[in-house]
Amino acid sequence: MEPTPPVLFFLGATHHTAPLAVREKLALDETRTAALAAKLQATPGVKEFAFVNTCNRVELYGVGAAAVFGGFTGTLAEVTGCSPEEIGAVVKTHTGHHAIEHLFSVAAGLDSQIVGETEILGQVKDAYDKALARHWTGPVLNRVFQKTFQAAKHIRTHTRIGEGQVSVASVAVDLAGKIFGDLAPVKVLVVGAGDIGLKTAQAFQSRGAKAITVASRTLSRAEETAAAAGGWAASLADLPDLVAGADIVASSTSAPGLVLPRDLVAAAMKRRAGRPLFLIDLALPRDIDPAAAELPNVFLYNLDDLAKIAEENIAHREAEVARCKAILAERTAALWPQVARNLGSADS
Amino acid sequence: MFQLPPDRVLLWLGALLYLAGFLTGLLALLRRTGGAAQRTWLNVLLVAGWACQWGGLYVRGVAAGGCPLGNTFELVQFVAWSAMLVYFFVGTAFRVSLLGLFTAGYAAALAFIALLITAWDTARGERIFGDNPWIEMHAALAVFSYGVFGLLALTAVMHLLQNWSLKHKRLNGLFWFLPSVVQLDQINQRMLSLGVLLLSFSLVVGGNWFRQDPASVDLPKLIVTIGVWFAYLVVLLLRWRAWLVSVRFSWVCLVMFMLALLSLGPVNSSRQHEIPLTPADR
Repeated sequence: MEPTPPVLFFLGATHHTAPLAVREKLALDETRTAALAAKLQATPGVKEFAFVNTCNRVELYGVGAAAVFGGFTGTLAEVTGCSPEEIGAVVKTHTGHHAIEHLFSVAAGLDSQIVGETEILGQVKDAYDKALARHWTGPVLNRVFQKTFQAAKHIRTHTRIGEGQVSVASVAVDLAGKIFGDLAPVKVLVVGAGDIGLKTAQAFQSRGAKAITVASRTLSRAEETAAAAGGWAASLADLPDLVAGADIVASSTSAPGLVLPRDLVAAAMKRRAGRPLFLIDLALPRDIDPAAAELPNVFLYNLDDLAKIAEENIAHREAEVARCKAILAERTAALWPQVARNLGSADS
Repeated sequence: MFQLPPDRVLLWLGALLYLAGFLTGLLALLRRTGGAAQRTWLNVLLVAGWACQWGGLYVRGVAAGGCPLGNTFELVQFVAWSAMLVYFFVGTAFRVSLLGLFTAGYAAALAFIALLITAWDTARGERIFGDNPWIEMHAALAVFSYGVFGLLALTAVMHLLQNWSLKHKRLNGLFWFLPSVVQLDQINQRMLSLGVLLLSFSLVVGGNWFRQDPASVDLPKLIVTIGVWFAYLVVLLLRWRAWLVSVRFSWVCLVMFMLALLSLGPVNSSRQHEIPLTPADR
């Protein structure tokens, strides 16, 4: 049989095609990755390959003879223990310039669950570094991945795909930045020691806030959350003093009534010498009296307000996808002839 | 030997460059392409406009034999020039985003208004400071402080806009480009302190001259000048004591500057009783 020319291929399952339960089965840990790599290396005609493995995708990019490419679904089934039918139902494949365009989209965050997120670019870089270090890649994939990073960077800097935060906690942190600027000297008070309180405290900590206090009805719970968030614990009994001393108050208790009535906030404002106060109500039913928003220098945002901003940001990002795809298509068209030459074929 | 173009040509050029800077910044903002290159372009246009305005004022200064503050036209041009100079320092030191755009619009507006109202420049005082450099310094510092107060009014507007957006949850438009409310409030305080310091120093210098020759300054000018200084001083003290903060502080700074600008009229007309006017050479 005459050998078929090599093709650039992609084969993978993502959150678009595979539910979480299937993605869990397909996930490639170190052992599985090594096993799959060994099988691919042993397959005649396979010249280069790299895996991109994240919680939302298991992807294989490679260069190999077109005749052997069809058998990779079976190889993946062998390594992961899934049935070929199960894999066949969720796996997508692309060859030639479509594979490049897909990788560009992935690295630019266009294919992510949260469109425009930046973490994926780091994950693709890690995947490539690993493949390069193990000599799995060659001239074709090296060039494709290098161009992928350039394309992703271009998208990031020349479009609005990454603008605006898309989670409630991140939106709150962004708003705090627009009130206080630098968050390092800002004092954050988290009222409520539950999971939301912890995530909010961690979001502020990740953006430089150092003075974080967690207040709860039960001091032991406050201590636990404070320890996890790198802050101090306090009792809810001290709330009037704590609010007067804080710059940001994020409340997320399960109390049936108001935790911060307007009068408490008004009294705190009198002791603040003109400093603004950012109140974030993450509770349902609400913890903070909506009337507190009427006080000068008080900025009150509740769950709906933050969710609305996050939704607007998501909508802005999605509106930018078509423009990004057009840019990536242009870049793919520019790169493909070089890749095709490297593959030893004008087209695959 | 190199000869500068006529003063009004340079001042028109300065105003046009400020306008070009403002439009460049506005376009970048609308297209959301405000990167380093756009900022550089804006600053190049503003520096060029400022240099032209300086050239125009210099030509008039040489003709007048002193600092060109001989009529309302020159006073307003000098206020715009001062505000731009202060922006170069404040903008560099505090990296206040959008302040360049606001200053460009403000300086262009002042410069164009002064150029278009020809009645402001029909006549001007010659050698209005005699041979007394201290009086010249007094006048220059006083008008320069108005430039600082002008920039303060701009940062107060920025503060009001940002505060309104946050309060009413209208987070579109300029919101994501403006500095934080706390940063704007701190800049407002510093600008107010600088303006009061300059105006106080100017009044000390002027007061010293006034003691020696009380007849040289008439009462309306004295009352208006001290009134503006005292009002700004009170605002500064109230801010220091945190009795006037946030939105109220910004509104007061804005209204105070409007009143200070209006005070230029009485100060100038009062002075015209003292100084013989000659037709301005246009």
